Amino acid sequence: MPALYMTLREVGPVTIVDLSGRISLGEGSALLRKTIRDLLDAGQSKILLNLGDVNYIDSSGIGELVSGFTAVRNRDGQLKLLNLTKKVHDLLQITKLFTVFDVYNDEHTAVRSYS
Amino acid sequence: MTPEAKHLEVILDTHVESVNLAEEMCLRVAEAVGFSEDECYRIGMSVREGVINAFHYGNQEKPSKKIYLGVDLTQEKLIIHVMDEGKGFKLTDVPDPLAEENLLSTSGRGIFLMKAFMDEFDVVAGRTGGAEIIMSKKIPTGIKPSSNGDHGKSTNAAPKREA
Repeated sequence: MPALYMTLREVGPVTIVDLSGRISLGEGSALLRKTIRDLLDAGQSKILLNLGDVNYIDSSGIGELVSGFTAVRNRDGQLKLLNLTKKVHDLLQITKLFTVFDVYNDEHTAVRSYS
Repeated sequence: MTPEAKHLEVILDTHVESVNLAEEMCLRVAEAVGFSEDECYRIGMSVREGVINAFHYGNQEKPSKKIYLGVDLTQEKLIIHVMDEGKGFKLTDVPDPLAEENLLSTSGRGIFLMKAFMDEFDVVAGRTGGAEIIMSKKIPTGIKPSSNGDHGKSTNAAPKREA
Protein backbone atom coordinates (compact mmCIF):
# COMPACT_ATOMS: atom_id res chain seq x y z
CA MET A 1 0.00 0.00 0.00
CA PRO A 2 1.41 3.39 -0.97
CA ALA A 3 2.75 5.59 1.77
CA LEU A 4 2.15 9.29 2.18
CA TYR A 5 4.23 11.73 0.16
CA MET A 6 4.30 15.48 0.53
CA THR A 7 5.91 18.60 -0.80
CA LEU A 8 5.80 22.09 0.63
CA ARG A 9 5.49 25.37 -1.23
CA GLU A 10 4.75 28.92 -0.19
CA VAL A 11 2.18 31.12 -1.83
CA GLY A 12 2.24 34.54 -0.19
CA PRO A 13 1.88 34.07 3.54
CA VAL A 14 0.46 30.56 3.20
CA THR A 15 2.35 27.27 3.24
CA ILE A 16 0.67 24.76 0.96
CA VAL A 17 1.33 21.12 1.76
CA ASP A 18 0.66 18.96 -1.29
CA LEU A 19 -0.09 15.45 -0.08
CA SER A 20 -0.49 12.22 -2.00
CA GLY A 21 -1.12 8.66 -0.86
CA ARG A 22 -2.67 7.49 2.37
CA ILE A 23 -3.01 9.22 5.71
CA SER A 24 -3.36 6.20 7.93
CA LEU A 25 -2.03 4.58 11.07
CA GLY A 26 1.75 4.45 11.01
CA GLU A 27 4.06 6.46 8.81
CA GLY A 28 1.36 8.50 7.07
CA SER A 29 -0.12 9.92 10.25
CA ALA A 30 3.32 10.39 11.80
CA LEU A 31 4.63 12.30 8.79
CA LEU A 32 1.66 14.66 8.76
CA ARG A 33 2.05 15.26 12.50
CA LYS A 34 5.75 16.03 12.18
CA THR A 35 5.23 18.32 9.20
CA ILE A 36 2.63 20.43 10.96
CA ARG A 37 4.71 20.55 14.13
CA ASP A 38 7.81 21.61 12.17
CA LEU A 39 5.89 24.34 10.37
CA LEU A 40 4.55 25.69 13.65
CA ASP A 41 8.02 25.59 15.21
CA ALA A 42 9.27 27.57 12.22
CA GLY A 43 6.64 30.22 12.88
CA GLN A 44 4.41 29.26 9.96
CA SER A 45 0.81 29.02 11.08
CA LYS A 46 -1.11 29.62 7.87
CA ILE A 47 -1.27 26.10 6.50
CA LEU A 48 -3.27 24.74 3.59
CA LEU A 49 -3.35 20.96 3.17
CA ASN A 50 -3.92 20.00 -0.44
CA LEU A 51 -5.56 16.56 -0.25
CA GLY A 52 -6.24 16.27 -3.98
CA ASP A 53 -4.14 13.14 -4.31
CA VAL A 54 -5.01 11.60 -0.96
CA ASN A 55 -7.15 8.61 -1.76
CA TYR A 56 -7.47 7.13 1.69
CA ILE A 57 -7.76 8.32 5.29
CA ASP A 58 -8.54 6.07 8.24
CA SER A 59 -9.59 7.04 11.77
CA SER A 60 -5.96 7.59 12.72
CA GLY A 61 -5.54 9.98 9.81
CA ILE A 62 -8.75 11.78 10.73
CA GLY A 63 -7.41 12.12 14.26
CA GLU A 64 -4.20 13.59 12.90
CA LEU A 65 -6.09 16.17 10.85
CA VAL A 66 -8.07 17.19 13.92
CA SER A 67 -4.91 17.26 16.04
CA GLY A 68 -3.22 19.49 13.46
CA PHE A 69 -6.24 21.76 13.24
CA THR A 70 -6.24 22.23 17.02
CA ALA A 71 -2.47 22.70 17.28
CA VAL A 72 -2.48 25.39 14.59
CA ARG A 73 -5.48 27.13 16.11
CA ASN A 74 -3.75 27.16 19.50
CA ARG A 75 -0.94 29.16 17.85
CA ASP A 76 -3.50 31.64 16.50
CA GLY A 77 -3.06 30.16 13.06
CA GLN A 78 -5.35 28.57 10.52
CA LEU A 79 -5.24 25.10 8.99
CA LYS A 80 -7.52 24.62 6.01
CA LEU A 81 -8.18 21.86 3.49
CA LEU A 82 -8.07 21.96 -0.30
CA ASN A 83 -9.32 19.61 -3.03
CA LEU A 84 -10.95 16.75 -1.15
CA THR A 85 -11.44 13.52 -3.07
CA LYS A 86 -14.92 12.03 -2.89
CA LYS A 87 -13.93 9.40 -0.35
CA VAL A 88 -12.28 11.93 1.95
CA HIS A 89 -15.18 14.35 1.49
CA ASP A 90 -17.68 11.64 2.43
CA LEU A 91 -15.60 10.61 5.42
CA LEU A 92 -15.49 14.17 6.76
CA GLN A 93 -19.19 14.48 6.07
CA ILE A 94 -20.28 11.42 8.06
CA THR A 95 -17.95 12.29 10.95
CA LYS A 96 -19.37 15.84 10.98
CA LEU A 97 -15.88 17.28 10.53
CA PHE A 98 -16.87 18.95 7.29
CA THR A 99 -18.41 21.64 9.47
CA VAL A 100 -15.21 22.02 11.50
CA PHE A 101 -12.69 22.50 8.70
CA ASP A 102 -12.64 25.27 6.13
CA VAL A 103 -12.66 23.37 2.85
CA TYR A 104 -11.90 24.78 -0.61
CA ASN A 105 -11.93 23.48 -4.14
CA ASP A 106 -9.86 26.30 -5.58
CA GLU A 107 -6.33 27.11 -4.46
CA HIS A 108 -6.49 30.82 -5.28
CA THR A 109 -9.68 31.26 -3.27
CA ALA A 110 -8.25 29.22 -0.41
CA VAL A 111 -5.07 31.34 -0.23
CA ARG A 112 -7.06 34.56 -0.33
CA SER A 113 -9.23 33.36 2.56
CA TYR A 114 -6.38 33.59 5.07
CA SER A 115 -6.71 36.75 7.08
CA MET B 1 -22.61 -22.67 8.61
CA THR B 2 -23.84 -24.21 5.41
CA PRO B 3 -21.82 -26.95 3.71
CA GLU B 4 -20.63 -24.30 1.24
CA ALA B 5 -19.51 -21.91 3.95
CA LYS B 6 -15.83 -21.07 4.18
CA HIS B 7 -13.77 -20.08 7.15
CA LEU B 8 -10.38 -18.44 7.30
CA GLU B 9 -8.55 -17.52 10.48
CA VAL B 10 -5.18 -15.90 11.01
CA ILE B 11 -3.31 -14.90 14.14
CA LEU B 12 -1.60 -11.54 13.86
CA ASP B 13 1.11 -9.91 15.91
CA THR B 14 0.26 -6.76 17.80
CA HIS B 15 2.07 -4.57 15.31
CA VAL B 16 1.13 -1.68 13.01
CA GLU B 17 1.89 -3.83 9.97
CA SER B 18 -0.83 -6.27 11.02
CA VAL B 19 -3.38 -3.56 10.28
CA ASN B 20 -2.31 -3.36 6.64
CA LEU B 21 -2.02 -7.13 6.37
CA ALA B 22 -5.54 -7.72 7.68
CA GLU B 23 -6.98 -5.06 5.40
CA GLU B 24 -5.25 -6.48 2.32
CA MET B 25 -6.31 -10.02 3.14
CA CYS B 26 -9.99 -9.15 3.58
CA LEU B 27 -9.94 -6.90 0.53
CA ARG B 28 -8.82 -9.83 -1.60
CA VAL B 29 -11.61 -11.98 -0.25
CA ALA B 30 -14.17 -9.21 -0.80
CA GLU B 31 -12.96 -8.63 -4.36
CA ALA B 32 -13.05 -12.36 -5.11
CA VAL B 33 -16.60 -12.58 -3.78
CA GLY B 34 -17.71 -9.83 -6.15
CA PHE B 35 -18.30 -6.81 -3.96
CA SER B 36 -18.19 -3.48 -5.78
CA GLU B 37 -15.19 -1.17 -5.46
CA ASP B 38 -17.08 1.06 -3.01
CA GLU B 39 -18.15 -1.90 -0.88
CA CYS B 40 -14.61 -3.28 -0.89
CA TYR B 41 -13.41 0.10 0.35
CA ARG B 42 -15.94 0.01 3.19
CA ILE B 43 -15.09 -3.57 4.11
CA GLY B 44 -11.36 -2.84 4.00
CA MET B 45 -11.75 0.27 6.12
CA SER B 46 -13.87 -1.63 8.67
CA VAL B 47 -11.34 -4.44 8.97
CA ARG B 48 -8.62 -1.86 9.35
CA GLU B 49 -10.54 -0.08 12.11
CA GLY B 50 -11.30 -3.36 13.87
CA VAL B 51 -7.66 -4.36 13.93
CA ILE B 52 -6.55 -0.86 14.97
CA ASN B 53 -9.01 -1.17 17.84
CA ALA B 54 -7.53 -4.54 18.85
CA PHE B 55 -3.97 -3.28 18.41
CA HIS B 56 -4.35 -0.03 20.31
CA TYR B 57 -7.21 -0.30 22.78
CA GLY B 58 -7.50 -4.05 23.28
CA ASN B 59 -3.90 -5.21 23.37
CA GLN B 60 -2.54 -1.82 24.42
CA GLU B 61 0.12 -2.21 21.71
CA LYS B 62 1.81 -4.96 23.72
CA PRO B 63 3.83 -7.23 21.38
CA SER B 64 3.28 -10.23 23.64
CA LYS B 65 -0.43 -10.24 22.79
CA LYS B 66 -2.08 -11.48 19.63
CA ILE B 67 -4.89 -10.34 17.35
CA TYR B 68 -7.22 -12.99 15.91
CA LEU B 69 -8.84 -12.28 12.57
CA GLY B 70 -11.56 -14.57 11.30
CA VAL B 71 -13.44 -14.44 8.00
CA ASP B 72 -16.58 -16.47 7.34
CA LEU B 73 -18.05 -16.58 3.89
CA THR B 74 -21.58 -17.94 3.65
CA GLN B 75 -24.09 -17.91 0.81
CA GLU B 76 -25.59 -14.73 2.23
CA LYS B 77 -22.81 -12.67 3.73
CA LEU B 78 -19.21 -12.02 4.51
CA ILE B 79 -18.65 -12.07 8.26
CA ILE B 80 -15.51 -10.72 9.90
CA HIS B 81 -14.38 -11.36 13.46
CA VAL B 82 -11.59 -9.46 15.20
CA MET B 83 -10.55 -10.63 18.65
CA ASP B 84 -7.97 -9.22 21.01
CA GLU B 85 -6.46 -10.21 24.36
CA GLY B 86 -7.47 -7.11 26.24
CA LYS B 87 -10.10 -6.53 28.89
CA GLY B 88 -13.07 -6.20 26.56
CA PHE B 89 -15.49 -3.30 26.34
CA LYS B 90 -19.15 -2.50 25.98
CA LEU B 91 -20.51 -0.57 23.03
CA THR B 92 -22.59 1.49 25.41
CA ASP B 93 -19.38 2.79 27.01
CA VAL B 94 -18.00 4.15 23.73
CA PRO B 95 -18.43 7.95 23.47
CA ASP B 96 -20.40 9.27 20.52
CA PRO B 97 -17.85 10.90 18.17
CA LEU B 98 -20.60 13.03 16.63
CA ALA B 99 -21.47 14.68 19.94
CA GLU B 100 -20.52 18.35 19.95
CA GLU B 101 -18.07 17.88 22.81
CA ASN B 102 -16.27 15.05 20.99
CA LEU B 103 -15.99 16.55 17.51
CA LEU B 104 -12.44 17.73 18.10
CA SER B 105 -11.34 14.52 19.76
CA THR B 106 -8.30 13.02 18.07
CA SER B 107 -9.53 9.45 18.54
CA GLY B 108 -12.67 7.39 19.02
CA ARG B 109 -14.07 7.23 15.47
CA GLY B 110 -13.17 3.63 14.61
CA ILE B 111 -16.28 1.98 16.05
CA PHE B 112 -18.46 4.64 14.42
CA LEU B 113 -16.92 3.98 11.00
CA MET B 114 -17.34 0.20 11.31
CA LYS B 115 -20.99 0.65 12.24
CA ALA B 116 -21.50 3.06 9.35
CA PHE B 117 -19.76 0.95 6.73
CA MET B 118 -20.99 -2.57 7.57
CA ASP B 119 -24.53 -4.00 7.50
CA GLU B 120 -24.27 -5.62 10.93
CA PHE B 121 -21.94 -4.81 13.79
CA ASP B 122 -21.61 -6.03 17.36
CA VAL B 123 -19.06 -6.42 20.12
CA VAL B 124 -19.15 -9.45 22.41
CA ALA B 125 -16.85 -11.16 24.90
CA GLY B 126 -14.33 -13.12 22.86
CA ARG B 127 -12.94 -16.59 23.55
CA THR B 128 -9.49 -15.00 23.80
CA GLY B 129 -10.55 -13.13 26.92
CA GLY B 130 -10.85 -9.75 25.26
CA ALA B 131 -13.36 -8.17 22.95
CA GLU B 132 -14.65 -9.78 19.77
CA ILE B 133 -15.86 -7.48 17.04
CA ILE B 134 -18.30 -9.19 14.68
CA MET B 135 -19.34 -7.40 11.53
CA SER B 136 -20.88 -8.49 8.30
CA LYS B 137 -21.81 -7.34 4.83
CA LYS B 138 -24.49 -8.92 2.67
CA ILE B 139 -23.23 -10.45 -0.53
CA PRO B 140 -24.59 -8.50 -3.52
CA THR B 141 -27.76 -9.91 -5.06
CA GLY B 142 -27.11 -12.25 -7.93
CA ILE B 143 -23.71 -13.29 -6.64
CA LYS B 144 -23.39 -16.59 -4.86
CA PRO B 145 -20.02 -17.73 -3.60
CA SER B 146 -18.86 -20.74 -5.56
CA SER B 147 -17.52 -23.82 -3.83
CA ASN B 148 -13.97 -22.56 -4.13
CA GLY B 149 -14.93 -18.95 -3.41
CA ASP B 150 -13.14 -17.49 -6.44
CA HIS B 151 -15.91 -17.22 -9.06
CA GLY B 152 -13.47 -18.43 -11.64
CA LYS B 153 -11.16 -15.48 -11.11
CA SER B 154 -7.49 -15.96 -10.62
CA THR B 155 -6.84 -15.05 -7.02
CA ASN B 156 -4.96 -16.27 -4.02
CA ALA B 157 -7.62 -14.97 -1.66
CA ALA B 158 -9.57 -18.19 -1.36
CA PRO B 159 -9.95 -19.23 2.27
CA LYS B 160 -7.06 -21.43 3.31
CA ARG B 161 -8.89 -23.66 5.77
CA GLU B 162 -12.24 -25.35 5.50
CA ALA B 163 -14.70 -24.81 8.33
